Amino acid sequence: MIISFASGKGGTGKTTVAVNFAIYLSQHRNKSIEKIFFLDCDVEEPNAGIFLKPKIVKIESVDIFIPRVNLELCTFCGKCSEVCAYNAIAVLKNDVLVFEQLCHGCGGCSLFCPTQAISEVPRQIGVIEKGRSDRIEFAQGRLNIGEAMATPLIRNLKKLVLNNSKGSIFIIDVPPGTSCPVIEAIKESNFTVLVTEPTPFGLNDLQLAVETVRKLQIPMGVVINRSGDSDNLIEEYCRKQGIPVLVRIPLNREIAHFYSQGIPIINVKEQYRDFFAQLVQKILENMSHQTIIDIEEV
Amino acid sequence: MKQILVISGKGGTGKTVITASLASLFENKIIADCDVDAADLHLLLHPRIKQRHQFSGLAKAWIDPARCTGCGECVKVCRFGAISQKFEVDPISCEGCRVCMFKCPVNAIIMKENRAGEYYISETQYGIMVHAKLGIAEENSGRLVSTVRQKAKEYAEKNKADYIIIDGPPGIGCPVIASLAGVDLAVVVMEPSLSGIQDAQRVSDVAKHFGIRVACVINKYDINLENTELIENWCRENNLPLLGKFLFDPLVSESIVQGRPLVEYCDNDVARQVKEFAVNLKRFLSF
Repeated sequence: MIISFASGKGGTGKTTVAVNFAIYLSQHRNKSIEKIFFLDCDVEEPNAGIFLKPKIVKIESVDIFIPRVNLELCTFCGKCSEVCAYNAIAVLKNDVLVFEQLCHGCGGCSLFCPTQAISEVPRQIGVIEKGRSDRIEFAQGRLNIGEAMATPLIRNLKKLVLNNSKGSIFIIDVPPGTSCPVIEAIKESNFTVLVTEPTPFGLNDLQLAVETVRKLQIPMGVVINRSGDSDNLIEEYCRKQGIPVLVRIPLNREIAHFYSQGIPIINVKEQYRDFFAQLVQKILENMSHQTIIDIEEV
Repeated sequence: MKQILVISGKGGTGKTVITASLASLFENKIIADCDVDAADLHLLLHPRIKQRHQFSGLAKAWIDPARCTGCGECVKVCRFGAISQKFEVDPISCEGCRVCMFKCPVNAIIMKENRAGEYYISETQYGIMVHAKLGIAEENSGRLVSTVRQKAKEYAEKNKADYIIIDGPPGIGCPVIASLAGVDLAVVVMEPSLSGIQDAQRVSDVAKHFGIRVACVINKYDINLENTELIENWCRENNLPLLGKFLFDPLVSESIVQGRPLVEYCDNDVARQVKEFAVNLKRFLSF
């Protein structure tokens, strides 16, 4: 089962909620759950590790394949640049230029080269780091500095879902926004938790996130973080849209302070633990019947 | 003319609040919102849209079932897993590379135009603003960012503006790289949390990688004074000027709820700190 934590807007508390949720589950897990995985798919700025402090045991390179042109075989016919949709390869009179940053690795140039002058070589765009944090299996992607494409890294991280049994729970920390990396991180989820804050920014970006999750037809619920006097802003919207508010986490300096030190609040106070007990309960209530059966005993 | 980009790596550190205040405090400027995924600056500056333009993303593949013979060549060559066993294209996975179209032996695949978003030229009481909305679940936000930047530059040149003030996206990937291209200064908004520091350092490295000058500010610095000291030391060690430090104040949230730039909404310590920063920034840019 996959539960993803997303938001549209950055800095609303996705990582906080996802991390504490994962710790809560790992402390209250019974035999029906095989393993708990935490996948930090915010590969541009992975932060969950700051809180979970995993011991990284394995680092894997994530590469995309870019063309390498053998000029001895090349006839400078221009076919490669004609088929490239990304303007990543340019043919001059007696040279061929490859713009690595623009290449999506589609393989078109080498496939259609009439003289087989183009081979493909790997270029690293980032790494995947795997390890363990107490009872949580942890993995994060880390995009290299200066690289543009986050999606291939996320796609790679999510292979972990395929390669592990259905009896496991996968908790996914999603990057902010609504574009391709977000979709890649969220898709195939059984439930998406949208973390927002009760400001016009929070509401505006929540609306975008809701549209995104709807497009993927995933059941969802909302967590109001930094909850306070303006909650009705979010609540009214959720009521109209028929989206459940799962839990409210108050605006308070103490929480902000623990966050700043990288300490999961669940380990600090009983009251904070209760937020996540409630969150688990509410997610179960709001999931489709089919999925409830799978993890009923949590 | 100077282009100033406000970024942070981590989301929610206060980029938009700071950008809106700069828009209010700087004279003779064009404003651009490059967070095209989840734009918020309009909620503080209230633009009146004057021109609305379509933005087309890369065209995506479509398989004509009447022509398709089911040979499976397209599935074999697609690197993005976008074509199902029933020979239907998933437009979310399709990256528009056209390899399937070229490969199809019966020309059953065509590329369909993809309306990926819109961008707007607007008026605000602070000057012209260029902003955009990327369609839900679209890619190519980097290209839309470049379009917004291009338009902002055209208007800046036409109006002989002194500044372009740009609200940047979170992260370090494609839209951030497009936002950084050719700016005179990236202002990195740091917050004194371990996440905020790590993320700001990564995005500063990206700016450096592309040869862009970086200056820093610390937002909500009193949330964790030890971490604030860490940031100050890091700035010193890396020769990055620290142009401002702002207190944590619930009035900032209130100014957002009221939909106004902070420096116009109140005149307390934090508003004064932001004004001071704007003065420092102007001075810094003139060197």
